[in-house]
Amino acid sequence: MSDYAWAPGFVAGDRPRIVTSRFEHEDSYTLARYEATGGYAGLRAALARPAADVHEEVRASTLLGRGGAGFPAGVKWGLTPQGVFPRYLVVNGDESEPGTYKDRLLMERDPHQLIEGCLIACYAAGLSRCFLYIRGEMALAQERVATALNEAYAAGYIGKNILGSEFSVDIVLHWGAGAYVVGEETALIESLEGNRGMPRLKPPYFPAAIGLYGKPTIVNNVETLSNLPWIAHHGAAAYTSIGTESSPGTRMVAVSGHVRRPGVYEIVNGTTTFRDLIYGDEFCQGIRDGNELKAFVPGGGSAPWFLPDQLDLPFEGRLVGAAGSMLGSGAIMVMDSTTDIPSAALTLTKFYAHESCGKCVPCREGGTWLMRILERVVEGQGTQDDLDLLLEVGGSICPGSMPHAASSELGLEATPFPYRMTTICFVGPSAYVPVHSALTLFRSEFESRVAPSRSKTRIPVTAIGGER
Amino acid sequence: MSETTENVDTVEITVNGRAVMARKGEMVIAATDRAGEHIPRFCYHPRMSPVGMCRQCLVEIDTGRGPMLQPSCMVPVAPGMVVDTESPTTKRAQEGILELLLANHPLDCPVCDKGGECPLQDQAFSHGPGESRYVEEKRHYEKPIDISALVKLDRERCILCDRCTRFADEVAGDALIHFVERGNATQVMTYPDEPFSSHFSGNTVQICPVGALTATPYRFKARPWDLEQADSTCTTCSVGCRTSVHSSRDRVLRFQGVDDDNVNWGWLCDRGRFNFESIHAESRLADPLIRTAEGLVATDWSSAMSITADLVRSALERSGPSSIAILGGARGTNEDAWAWAALADALGVTRRDAQLDDGLPVGVLGFERATIEDAARAATVVLLGPDLKEELPILHLRLRHAAVEGRTRILEFSPTGSGLTKHAWRSVRTPVGAAAATVAATLADAEVAAQLGSGPVVIVAGRHDLASSGDQVMAAVQAVLRAVPTATVLPALRRGNVVGALNAGCRPDGAGNDARSILVDAAEGRIEVLFLLGADPLADVPDADLARRALQGARRVVSLDGHGCASTMVAADVVLPAAVMAEKSGTTTNLEGRVSTVSHKVTVHGTARPDWMVAVELALALGHDLGVGSLEDITGRLASGGAALGAIWAPSIAVGEPVTVESVAPSGYDYRLVVSRVLYDGAVSTSNSASLAPLTAGPGVSMHPLDMERLGVVDGDVVTVTAGRGGVELPVCADDRLDRGVVWVPFGQGGGDPRELISGGAVTDVSIARVS
Amino acid sequence: MARFNETNLATAHEIIARYPRPKSALIPLLHLAQEQDGYVTDEAMRQIADLVGVTPAEVIGTGSFYEMFRFEPTGRYLINICGTMSCALLGASDLLHAAERTLGIHAGGTTADGMFTLHQAECQAACTEAPCLQVNYRYRFRMTPDGVEQLIDDLRAGRLDDEIPPHGTLARVRQHIPADRGVGAVDPDAVDGPPAWIPVTVEGAGS
Repeated sequence: MSDYAWAPGFVAGDRPRIVTSRFEHEDSYTLARYEATGGYAGLRAALARPAADVHEEVRASTLLGRGGAGFPAGVKWGLTPQGVFPRYLVVNGDESEPGTYKDRLLMERDPHQLIEGCLIACYAAGLSRCFLYIRGEMALAQERVATALNEAYAAGYIGKNILGSEFSVDIVLHWGAGAYVVGEETALIESLEGNRGMPRLKPPYFPAAIGLYGKPTIVNNVETLSNLPWIAHHGAAAYTSIGTESSPGTRMVAVSGHVRRPGVYEIVNGTTTFRDLIYGDEFCQGIRDGNELKAFVPGGGSAPWFLPDQLDLPFEGRLVGAAGSMLGSGAIMVMDSTTDIPSAALTLTKFYAHESCGKCVPCREGGTWLMRILERVVEGQGTQDDLDLLLEVGGSICPGSMPHAASSELGLEATPFPYRMTTICFVGPSAYVPVHSALTLFRSEFESRVAPSRSKTRIPVTAIGGER
Repeated sequence: MSETTENVDTVEITVNGRAVMARKGEMVIAATDRAGEHIPRFCYHPRMSPVGMCRQCLVEIDTGRGPMLQPSCMVPVAPGMVVDTESPTTKRAQEGILELLLANHPLDCPVCDKGGECPLQDQAFSHGPGESRYVEEKRHYEKPIDISALVKLDRERCILCDRCTRFADEVAGDALIHFVERGNATQVMTYPDEPFSSHFSGNTVQICPVGALTATPYRFKARPWDLEQADSTCTTCSVGCRTSVHSSRDRVLRFQGVDDDNVNWGWLCDRGRFNFESIHAESRLADPLIRTAEGLVATDWSSAMSITADLVRSALERSGPSSIAILGGARGTNEDAWAWAALADALGVTRRDAQLDDGLPVGVLGFERATIEDAARAATVVLLGPDLKEELPILHLRLRHAAVEGRTRILEFSPTGSGLTKHAWRSVRTPVGAAAATVAATLADAEVAAQLGSGPVVIVAGRHDLASSGDQVMAAVQAVLRAVPTATVLPALRRGNVVGALNAGCRPDGAGNDARSILVDAAEGRIEVLFLLGADPLADVPDADLARRALQGARRVVSLDGHGCASTMVAADVVLPAAVMAEKSGTTTNLEGRVSTVSHKVTVHGTARPDWMVAVELALALGHDLGVGSLEDITGRLASGGAALGAIWAPSIAVGEPVTVESVAPSGYDYRLVVSRVLYDGAVSTSNSASLAPLTAGPGVSMHPLDMERLGVVDGDVVTVTAGRGGVELPVCADDRLDRGVVWVPFGQGGGDPRELISGGAVTDVSIARVS
Repeated sequence: MARFNETNLATAHEIIARYPRPKSALIPLLHLAQEQDGYVTDEAMRQIADLVGVTPAEVIGTGSFYEMFRFEPTGRYLINICGTMSCALLGASDLLHAAERTLGIHAGGTTADGMFTLHQAECQAACTEAPCLQVNYRYRFRMTPDGVEQLIDDLRAGRLDDEIPPHGTLARVRQHIPADRGVGAVDPDAVDGPPAWIPVTVEGAGS
């Protein structure tokens, strides 16, 4: 159902396209096609100006990071401490959030656009070496990027004295090896240093200050960087004329699950609503088999769930946050009325429990415990107490109130994003989010399959080994 | 700036409503600790970098944006910070974490060595929920597994706090244990077939916050609540690590490290930690012995003492005090050494030496002295000493830390390299016999000179090579001092109380009275009575032949000995059983000159007595009153002489004339021999500890692979190493860190003894041939 | 085998040289070892430890953290069937059962002939094409149980050899930085000024 056989999953539509403009060409990944379609014009434009001006242009574009946190890229670049060198660029191509894929397509279909984006970022922010970290499981993307890098080196776009200028930078291709948590920027840096991908605590390890090899490091997502050639070429004003003031430009969104036409779409940022995306003709064209929408995950597997109540919200970070969830990495997963909610929650919880790096106790122990309890419940072996226990264990990962959507049916008000957490990164909380969403919005589905409370099983926590 | 009125080094924060002055840059948990507010923790350790892993120390911290749960081990204090360690949110978080930590932890406290002193058990009581709702199957692993000869790992008990693995990597520099697998399956493991054979492995047992790591020598020996403890000082080597001696039913069961800012930071090496076993070894001497026609036979103290007094009297009458000599004293206390020196003074005996021709000229104590802390803060440390990792392991750790942190640059001169080589700014392969010349040439280099001019310089000086003379080292030290006159010297002498014994007077008043001259005179029949104070010339004097001839040539040998060492059993006419450490009180002096206590924890073995008591009684028997009636008297005398507890004791000792050593050109032999010590050798406390004795590596000779190729030998082949006097057979192994033409043989490994090749010359050259 | 052959050893040195610190090459070298032998052998880990200057324990510590490294013999084809959300919603478990049935092994197992290893995997970033799977990290989209049977048949018959290299090989194209174009890796601690194109004055003045 894709528009192009060579880009499975991608649906072009009739909308402004910034990062997917070349997808219509089967050979979009080659240097020849790239140069023939305006490629490296952004780099040439950038090199003609002082680096600080290019940085300012990106700041003015309000380009938001596409990795999940949505932090403005131009501002991020400015966070490096003055006068400390070397500084590095690390490209986060470790896309693995459930429901999400766009970086993979951008790497497979337009690797030169990414390379050009990297070069512009390095030039603007004074970054002297770039490491392009691609998820290990993406063999085709690795192949396409490696080929593109070899072409670009040979053509003088990368390396010493790029295009005859003083600007010199290497881009080093690096593959991951299968660990979701490495998508977190400090874990990515650990992994790039040859270590276990365990996140570092921020503070003090803000990559911009203490990053790769302890040096200032900018970590940018593939999609973020892929926007830079266009911005450098057309200017910030042209960019901000698309989308809304707080969320300019376009962004890639993958909609999957029980819809008629799942796909990856480049949408205008900030204005498109979830209803447009799920029901619109140019998008997913409604729920499969004429079924009803039951719930959807609006921002990748870590996001609290939405109900049909939230369909008319635009795909915009602040509004979605206020409504109790997050946009995350641009991934919507749709569940229709046939969905078994406890099983769906279990699927996600299992994912995050499996992907725990093991560093923080609440995630390492709590994630697996949540999974075990939920398994018991799904298999019909649970009790009422188990449902409370799920919330209790979750409370040890995310203390205090949890964000959730409003429900007209349940008479629930929304609790806005974010949550508090006892862990360093979001993997631990993400194991609890689906449990909390499912239990809050669909408790009856759980209650119908658990037995009443048994007499409580409580075990003393330590055996006393002598006089104390 | 609000700080203008405050001390710039302190920061005021609020802890549970109370103002607390914190040190700038320290973590919240360190500040609350000093303020007496305990925050529970597992992964945090004040001597290692924080990781924020266990999350147990989460507390609510408000830095102006409202209270937030933060790990207090990773958040540095900031002015105006408000910390609440007892808020409901904090308590809920801490209880939650504890419940999760206990989820997979087995309930085997009654059979766990840690039970009773277990941070997990203790904090589960103080900060935990009291009960668990975890009814699932716990993680299961084979338990326990040996990760080294000394340490066992029970992965089921492990809470993955990263303390042991951090210690191995960050502190010891031996990343031989590591987390493997991920998430809920994470475990601590070694690489297959590569055990955690670090010199420092025992520390991981001590810092493990649960019973996951246990020490083989202590397993199932006692319950913590049955242990009595006393703070003491390790006298295995001269670093003088602070320890706590733990005993039960009059037996010492373990040593634990005690954190001392100046010295060991809580760490111990495995040799020092586990050689407590030697205190109760079967070889201990219980009664005095007299040599008769039937060999050594037991007697009582009064007979033994009166025989000894008679021997001394007749020696004095026949040949005067120069016919009496005292070797040793470095294994005892300051009080022991003082009493023997006082006895010698009373008798007019000047021939005494606490070293056994295996250290440096005593003048090394006359240089301007550096402390360990001075070395660890110096801009440059010049290493002219032994492989510290092998001989003074905790000094190695302190210098390694300084180098890794980037505070200190190490300039190493060594013929073989050492454990610090990879952390050295420069490591200069120094030809044996040409150390001073090499030092002078290196220091003439502009970059080196600039480095030495950049800040304080400390010289660590010790005897690396037993096959060449100690004068070589002295000449090299003086070469550094000529270039950097402000440099200070940390004497890296080896035996536990060598500095204390030398300071107290067990030292030669010149080269004519040092150990070597004593041994030569003894060999030539000029010594009537030779006292051995915990000294074993047959095992320790580098020139084995000289030691043998000396013990044969001395008319009478009186040995004051704890364990029945070789010299005692072979050569002593009178044997007086001595109390060993943990059986006596007193003070000791480490290589810095720092005076600390040793504690009497268990009853002496048999009728053994401390050395000082023997000296005082012998003096009385010979008609001299040393003026002291008790240990306290001596301690008091020492204190008034500068050896007060905690002080740096550095009595004035003459450096002596600058030593000039001509560079020694290679002789007709093919290889120059280097003999040095490794951690585990035939030393009394090692060889008498059942757990340590098997750890000696065994004999061997290392040489450059190209030299091996020339000889036509491969690893494991046996070669004959021959010097002027004789030859020994040793298996050969390749070591490309050595220069060609240099061969290295470890000391005290049994088998072919390299001491048979050493004859006290400036250097030892050997030829090597394949055994066909 | 197990230690790097001559070509791969040269590649290993080339990879190491790209990083300011050798340990960064650890994961790429583990991939290289897996490409050579189909899995990561003990001997390879020891050699990698030597090459990058760490202990073998550190190599396995890092290596075992990541899902893709296999430390025991693995089938020529590693079939990873996605089981995460969108695939689960659209019948991933049917695919897994079909594969188990066809191969006669359970997830996690390897067929006796050493041809196939089967795994249930996590999200493969192809959620709109659910349910999906990967063979040696090459995608198969919108799969059906019948499709799984056909795929296994094709693999076994060697009909996909051109498209799908044996397990261990990821990208079939490697990056090569030409000697005359590369800037080279510099010790991070040896750099103290801004790169050539950044004026010192602007940086110093703050922006």
